[in-house]
Amino acid sequence: MSIDTATAAKVAKLARIRVEEDDLPALAQEFNTILGFIEQLSEVDVDGVEPMTSVTPLRLKRREDAVTDGGMQDKILSNAPDAREGFFAVPKVVE
Amino acid sequence: MTDLNTLTIAEARDALRRGDTTAIELTEACLTAIDGAGALGAFVHHTPDLAREQAQAADARIKAGEAPAMCGIPLGIKDLFCTKGVPSQAASGILRGFTPEYESTVSQNLFDAGAVMLGKLNMDEFAMGSSNETSVYGNAVNPWRRGNDDAALTPGGSSGGSASAVAADLCLAATGTDTGGSIRQPAAFTGITGIKPTYGRCSRWGIVAFASSLDQAGPMTKSVRDSAIMLQAMCSHDPKDSTSADIPVPDFEAMLTGDIKGKVIGIPKEYRMDGMPAEIEKLWADGTAMLKDAGAEIRDISLPHTKYALPAYYVIAPAEASSNLARYDGVRYGHRATLDQGDGITEMYEKTRAEGFGAEVQRRVMVGTYVLSAGFYDAYYNRARKVRALIKRDFETVFDEGIDAILTPATPSAAFELGRETSDPVEMYLNDVFTVTVNLAGLPGIAVPAGLDAQGLPLGLQLIGRPWEEGDLLNTAYALEQAAGFVAKPQKWW
Repeated sequence: MSIDTATAAKVAKLARIRVEEDDLPALAQEFNTILGFIEQLSEVDVDGVEPMTSVTPLRLKRREDAVTDGGMQDKILSNAPDAREGFFAVPKVVE
Repeated sequence: MTDLNTLTIAEARDALRRGDTTAIELTEACLTAIDGAGALGAFVHHTPDLAREQAQAADARIKAGEAPAMCGIPLGIKDLFCTKGVPSQAASGILRGFTPEYESTVSQNLFDAGAVMLGKLNMDEFAMGSSNETSVYGNAVNPWRRGNDDAALTPGGSSGGSASAVAADLCLAATGTDTGGSIRQPAAFTGITGIKPTYGRCSRWGIVAFASSLDQAGPMTKSVRDSAIMLQAMCSHDPKDSTSADIPVPDFEAMLTGDIKGKVIGIPKEYRMDGMPAEIEKLWADGTAMLKDAGAEIRDISLPHTKYALPAYYVIAPAEASSNLARYDGVRYGHRATLDQGDGITEMYEKTRAEGFGAEVQRRVMVGTYVLSAGFYDAYYNRARKVRALIKRDFETVFDEGIDAILTPATPSAAFELGRETSDPVEMYLNDVFTVTVNLAGLPGIAVPAGLDAQGLPLGLQLIGRPWEEGDLLNTAYALEQAAGFVAKPQKWW
């Protein structure tokens, strides 16, 4: 299993991280090192083993489906890089 | 009285209750120590005004005679904890300027108990690292040095600032978090005690998430007793974290009897790694002998899937990180890249994340993205989760056979030099080889300083306990601490 620069570019795109063209070969190389390390897992016999979903067998709590918090628009927006008229502002999404 | 900043929590609590000192005096002593310790890079956001205000309130409570153990104790808080009105950026550029409108449950619990916050502590970016070198603030530095060699050593990571600050007596104790060893490895590198409790003991609410199924907060302290006191204050059931356990928190300190007669301690053969330094091997053997002398029964055990813990971790942790860190998109908080004419929302995401995340974080987010992507999900992510189940089963088997605690080295080496050339990211990952199994199985684990190496650097041992039995684990650690008699302190050079 080897990652080429095209795959590295695809992964960067999926992760929404811009990687310059020139940096792709080094990135692919790093992926290969890490994935080579991970590859050991294929030695393990996992037949009949269920993938672990939660660390402890505690049953998740349930609560009434009711509003417990809210009404703090100013606090929600206080850390926004760009907030206008009570909304988060972003570049145009739909033409 | 000795310098107040060098006190343990237990000593300070007793002095406060006797009226021998005040929270204000303790706080001022720590603030002075912090001012003189810039070279350690431990504190990255200072909150002296808040500290003095909290100390005053603590003194009033102590005077009124209803003060809990943590009341008036000056602490450092890892930058991963959201603290209301105080910058909290997980040592990342992408959260530059982020000032939470809310308080993490753990820090709130500590404040409710009267603790004082001196400031925020350095760490690896998003807790991803083992040397504190991935921090946007720059390195935290270990107060320990090799004899007269002035080479700067790592305090470990990711809770490197916490470890450095406690070891250098800049605060009485600090909070840490541990996803793969981030409390225990730095504790071992700096000669202090650190415990990661059972997954679910501490609420994760308000702690910046790295890998949610592995992350746990815990105390980093100058003694086992202090860990017991502070852990008790940190733990709680929290409706805001559905994985936090709704079970009583015992009085951990009351369980410190030092009596471990008849306890069965397991020594796992798989932790005897090829190429393990002789000093670590000897420390482990010495620790085993100490527990035996204290009346414990020593039993050789096997945890057959140990070898696969690190590779499983480096699938699961990046996978969860890639999902958790998707929230950093430049829209709601933190950094947003300056956009060029015509850039749309995708360019905004991509530029923001490329500028805001450091190299190691980018690497892990992308590895996580890859192992979760169509076609590889089963081969990597599902397989790693199955191996994780086997690792947990290994522990359950030995606990079912009567093992009370497991003794291992905490780290494969003493603290290493900062700035070591590492072209291979996997080499750094090996630091967590003894600690990462504990996170995967959700167990409590504690690092206790147990000796010095030939160069005068501290070395730690790790004890692993049964789930929810932190009290028993702390007591075994207490017996080990008493037998090891570790009292060394770093020579002040900063």
